Amino acid sequence: MTKPGGELTWKDLEIGAVMTEPGNASQYQTGDWRTQRPVHEHSRCIKCGLCAIFCPEGCIEPNEEGFFEANLFYCKGCGICARECWTKAITMVEEE
Amino acid sequence: MEKYAVFVPKLIAKRESFAPGHRACVGCGEALAVRQACKALGRDAIIVNATGCMEVIATPIPYTSWRLPWIHTLFENAAATASGVEAGLKAMVRKGKRPAKEIRVVAMAGDGGTSDIGLQALSGALERGHDFLYICFDNEAYMNTGIQRSSATPYGASTTTAPAGKLSIGQVTWKKNMPAIAAAHDIPYVATACPSYPFDLMAKVEKGVSTPGPAYIHILSVCPTGWRCAPDLTVRIGRLAVETGIFPLYEIENGKYKLTIDVPQLRPVRDYLKLQGRFRHLSEEKVLEIQNRVNVDYARLKEKVACSQKLNS
Ligand SMILES: Cc1ncc(C[n+]2csc(CCOP(=O)(O)OP(=O)(O)O)c2C)c(N)n1
Ligand code: SF4
Ligand code: SF4
Ligand SMILES: [Mg+2]
Repeated sequence: MTKPGGELTWKDLEIGAVMTEPGNASQYQTGDWRTQRPVHEHSRCIKCGLCAIFCPEGCIEPNEEGFFEANLFYCKGCGICARECWTKAITMVEEE
Repeated sequence: MEKYAVFVPKLIAKRESFAPGHRACVGCGEALAVRQACKALGRDAIIVNATGCMEVIATPIPYTSWRLPWIHTLFENAAATASGVEAGLKAMVRKGKRPAKEIRVVAMAGDGGTSDIGLQALSGALERGHDFLYICFDNEAYMNTGIQRSSATPYGASTTTAPAGKLSIGQVTWKKNMPAIAAAHDIPYVATACPSYPFDLMAKVEKGVSTPGPAYIHILSVCPTGWRCAPDLTVRIGRLAVETGIFPLYEIENGKYKLTIDVPQLRPVRDYLKLQGRFRHLSEEKVLEIQNRVNVDYARLKEKVACSQKLNS
């Protein structure tokens, strides 16, 4: 587990500032940037996966039943998925 | 949606080499382009990344989004560093220090890093014939430092260093044709792409990395922050760039041109311009000027395609 940026000192850095844990950005939450959240209506979803391929975060994945859903730990609420879904299975709702 | 079937999960690699948790702005088309490109690269690739948004948002110490070996270079020398990586890999095989397995070398840079400051290094690398793929992620300005104009900024766009005003229309020069410059080096593969057409993009990246010798791919990447557009329109605006003929999708394989997405009837450029705040100030007259230019450029491209078809037959 990587120390969060705030707790890091120069002593923690590798020579050449090499980063040794591939993909550790996935420990970082970007979901708290969000002002709106996608709500997937499964009855309309045809499991095409288009929303997933157009997500800049790469955070949309099929659940156990194959319906696509955004991982809200990362989802920044851009709304591209809702805009692109052809069956209009996704609506953006404002975060409280 | 292109010529392909709709069922994406079956068609693309599951592996994400570009991890979430990166800090690109909401709706960033450049991060989307990088993600899609990585799906086509596979596991055996080394990325050389010039300074710019993609370096800054993906590797804030102590985090990295990269699940591939990755090196950050200066703003001006991504192609030179990639040349060194490629030559080094070859030397290691020659000296018996690694097996002769193919490792793909990919340089990535923004439009500033490519068409302005890194152009000399790129030209050298293309001319020397290194076996690598260079991808330019073109968001049409120096976005990472605050929307300064570059030579890839389109005519009439307002930026912080060429702002629109009473006496100014913003950018007064036409966009530099970077794919044509790459093609002028007579390299085996040149292509344009846009993440609004993901299968087209991935097929081109795959082709680019598997082509022996240098390959160049120019990817239009919508930037909601710099283009002053709604973040949910990123994919739509990219599609409109293609449908209006402003950014045609084509490839040049061994000198032969081919439109990979043919648009029989172009939409008016207005449809593309009106969704973006950076063009909001443009008068009817200026829009017409842009339209005329696009018509001519598109016709020229079609001529090259027709000429290549003749050579083929
Ligand atoms: C020699 C040099 N000059 C200036 C900078 C500051 N700088 C860092 S990123 C950047 C903008 C990069 O623009 P571009 O290549 O278009 O990539 P983008 O951020 O738009 O993706 C600038 C000017 C630098 N790092 N090095
Ligand atoms: S784009 Fe729409 S229909 Fe397709 S998988 Fe996503 S939610 Fe389902
Ligand atoms: S400024 Fe533009 S290119 Fe850079 S991270 Fe933000 S949206 Fe992406
Ligand atoms: Mg740029």
